[in-house]
Amino acid sequence: MRVTFTVNGRTRTADDVWEGESLLHVLRERLGLPGSKNACEQGECGSCTVRLDDVPVCSCLVAAGQAEGRDVVTVEGLAEHARHRAAERGRERDVPDTDRPEPATGGPRTAGADTLAPVQRAFVDAGAVQCGFCTPGLLVAADDLLARCPDPSDADIREALSGNLCRCTGYEKIMDAVRLAAARQEGS
Amino acid sequence: MGTDPTPTGLTRPTRAPGGIGVSTLRPDGTLKVTGEFAYSSDMWHEDMLWGQILRSPVAHAEIVSLDVSEALALPGVHAVLTYDDLPTAVRHYGLEIQDTPVLAHGRVRHHGEPVAAVAADHPETARRAAAKIKVEYRELPVVTDEDSATAPGAPVLHPDRADHHSHRVPHPNIVHRQPIVRGDADAAARRADAVVRGEYVFGMQDQAFLGPESGLAVPAEDGGVDLYIATQWLHNDRAQIAPVLGLPEDKVRMTLAGVGGAFGGREDLSMQIHACLLALRTGRPVKIVYNRFESFFGHVHRHPAKLHYEHGATRDGKLTHVRCRIVLDGGAYASSSPAVVGNASSLSVGPYVVDHVDIEALALYTNNPPCGAMRGFGAVQACFAYEAQMDKLAAELGLDPVEFRRLNAMEQGSRLPTGQIVDAPAPVAELLRRVKARPMPPERQWETTEGADIRQLPGGLSNTTHGEDVVRGVGYAVGIKNVGFSEGFDDYSTAKVRLESAGGEAVAVVHTAMAEVGQGGVTVHAQIARTELGVDQVTIHPADTQVGSAGSTSASRQTYMTGGAVRNACALVRERALELGRRRFGSHHPAWATAELRLEDGHVVTEAGEVLASLADVLDDEVIEEEREWRHRPTRSLDPRTGQGDGHLQYSFAAHRAVVEVDTGLGLVKVVELACAQDVGKALNPLSVIGQIQGGTVQGLGIAVMEEIVVDPVTAKVRNPSFTDYLIPTILDTPSLPVDMLELPDANAPYGLRGVGEAPTLSATPAVLAAIRAATGLELNRTPVRPEHLTGTG
Repeated sequence: MRVTFTVNGRTRTADDVWEGESLLHVLRERLGLPGSKNACEQGECGSCTVRLDDVPVCSCLVAAGQAEGRDVVTVEGLAEHARHRAAERGRERDVPDTDRPEPATGGPRTAGADTLAPVQRAFVDAGAVQCGFCTPGLLVAADDLLARCPDPSDADIREALSGNLCRCTGYEKIMDAVRLAAARQEGS
Repeated sequence: MGTDPTPTGLTRPTRAPGGIGVSTLRPDGTLKVTGEFAYSSDMWHEDMLWGQILRSPVAHAEIVSLDVSEALALPGVHAVLTYDDLPTAVRHYGLEIQDTPVLAHGRVRHHGEPVAAVAADHPETARRAAAKIKVEYRELPVVTDEDSATAPGAPVLHPDRADHHSHRVPHPNIVHRQPIVRGDADAAARRADAVVRGEYVFGMQDQAFLGPESGLAVPAEDGGVDLYIATQWLHNDRAQIAPVLGLPEDKVRMTLAGVGGAFGGREDLSMQIHACLLALRTGRPVKIVYNRFESFFGHVHRHPAKLHYEHGATRDGKLTHVRCRIVLDGGAYASSSPAVVGNASSLSVGPYVVDHVDIEALALYTNNPPCGAMRGFGAVQACFAYEAQMDKLAAELGLDPVEFRRLNAMEQGSRLPTGQIVDAPAPVAELLRRVKARPMPPERQWETTEGADIRQLPGGLSNTTHGEDVVRGVGYAVGIKNVGFSEGFDDYSTAKVRLESAGGEAVAVVHTAMAEVGQGGVTVHAQIARTELGVDQVTIHPADTQVGSAGSTSASRQTYMTGGAVRNACALVRERALELGRRRFGSHHPAWATAELRLEDGHVVTEAGEVLASLADVLDDEVIEEEREWRHRPTRSLDPRTGQGDGHLQYSFAAHRAVVEVDTGLGLVKVVELACAQDVGKALNPLSVIGQIQGGTVQGLGIAVMEEIVVDPVTAKVRNPSFTDYLIPTILDTPSLPVDMLELPDANAPYGLRGVGEAPTLSATPAVLAAIRAATGLELNRTPVRPEHLTGTG
């Protein structure tokens, strides 16, 4: 079947989609957006979290056909989404460019990110990224939390991120990152 | 590029910005937060096919017949491979013993064993084709524990290997055995004023890394294959893959694709050979990505264990002796069981001084899932038991558990049961002192002015309690872990470092085959190069097999070993750069003739900090490159009868204090705080080190209260291969994790550092168990602790 929907502000179409494919599979394998991750494909780990019509969902549990005509934001579009949201709130500000040299990563793609969402920057700065496989899903969830709740308590953060598994960090640096992003948001 | 030297006489700071000791940020951090970092499951190639493995639905059976014709007939299927399709006589692989079939031959020995491999144009087509393969199994009796594996008439799982290690094992279903005898335990036991015994059971833990096993094999024009793969050791994978493919190693070119965590679970091969075979058979690139269900069958687990201990002590609190027997379940294939046995035995009494020991550790072959490497590698199971014993003995003597540990704590100069002297700082008592001295987290922290914040109670958001049955307990534990490969293994790493001038600035490129699995090795390599070469710009070349082996990213060894190799290669590059400078500018300044020149901040400087030249000027258009292997000091094997021998390279120590709250009515546990103190020798990157300690701590918390692969005792089938039923801690299950780092340098190690990653996984588990015991008064001799153990209903 053919599926057409908006991804990160652009209309995208995927052809020859088998009816049983998940939104996650279409994003990763047909639209060249592998940022949403495939850690469990059973709705337990949150690594595939995307925004679907502005609601964070596990894209592994969304049938591709369900996305027809709808609006999807993935981690690849998170910085733009955050900027857009900030602009809507009338307080757009410059997000500093990344100033670190990036190595090649052994894969077919190379670095191209010139700006980051505040929550992405905070994850890098706080050391919340180790293997990084859980990071995209956590970022979508954390960004959503901070949009809804600019000054979250620790219990709020833990509750909001309880659907996202991480195996590397022990979560403490992830807590630090969300606190940092909230504080910077407050101070801006 | 001019050749005029930089004006002399300026002084410069002596610390390299972004060098070692500073919390520089990960070079791959930005790519990882934007979703652009390419993990092994993200690989894509035009014309690629999808691979799928058919696995055995039973644990032990004879394969009576195997028919792939229906699968092959399915449109979109390009290949179906079974044992008979393997191209060479080499049809097994393994880390220590080559006993693991690439595809099952006549017999399957565990639930989930690979039987056939399919390549098709869509993953669903591949799955359907695998389901159409007709396999007739004739089930055989299973052996699942020591009694059944060594009973008279028990099926021998590896008859062709029955003579392996036969001089040291009493039964062919035992993979490996290591006794350690020192002093006279019988005589010492007679002197003991108190003796405690315990039997402990340690469940099967899974690494549960988030990035599932995956990779892409691309057939090459020269008949070889290029493999993009997530692994812990590229060269060791290649050494096992190439013979099966019938290719020379240089035709199996491997590149590390992004690794989504490892923790030991990527030491053994998973889909590497299958992907290469399918790619070579079809002439098309083949991608294999396990789903989570398959991942639970696709890698080895942590050995479950039964541990029998006897500890004795005199009235004044000095240990007299330890007797123990540790039985590890290795499952159907050997994997790294022999080395795990060596660790479990040599570290079986923990970081304590005990002159009289009688120790035996062994690993079984059973029809349970294969077990091998996981963070802590044999020392974890032992620590769980000996720390429970230390608490028990302290209680018997009426001593404070921490004080009792400090009375017996190992120090620099103490001996292990193997007779090996610990020749570096061993601050065991100090680590315990530090975790004990921390202020306690507030009681009843869930109580707010608006009532109970149920999110902070055991059971949390399920709103099952408002704190009525909640009791608190505190527990302590400390552990010892070896760093690096032991028992005489030729453990080395290789680094290639290039220094050149680009855009008027000296820049370095570091190329190693080190598997970056999330630990931050890439960050540290850049820091080392900045420190050693005084440059700012360092590029980390992707890890591949175009450079020599870096050894495994395991055993807490990689910063020590590949960090050491990078430092060593940098030193050679530096010497060549200074030599070049002397040739070019020696006549400009007499200081060039002195030996003590340094590279700092892009310049050559004297010991007094006087600038002689810019490094870019020294290099001009010259490229300096050095590739060198670097070895640690040799270790030795352990005597097969007495276990004596200098088997280890280095030790790592961590202590934990756990504060838990237990809902005794519901049997639920909330860990409120899990504080760690660890000696790291030298923190090359404090932020990364703390991240490692916290991550290791939480994996230890997991096995204490929730993580276990449950294997049916009758059928030997895995009951819970999913994240729905195999529970790893969420952010809600995880407490505050304060970390106290000690930095007592080990003079034998690069920069004085110590391997960090595993030690916290040892002591976290027994600390949590001790705290739960303190809260409930229950004995709790198995881990993980389940609700029924706490409510007396299980």
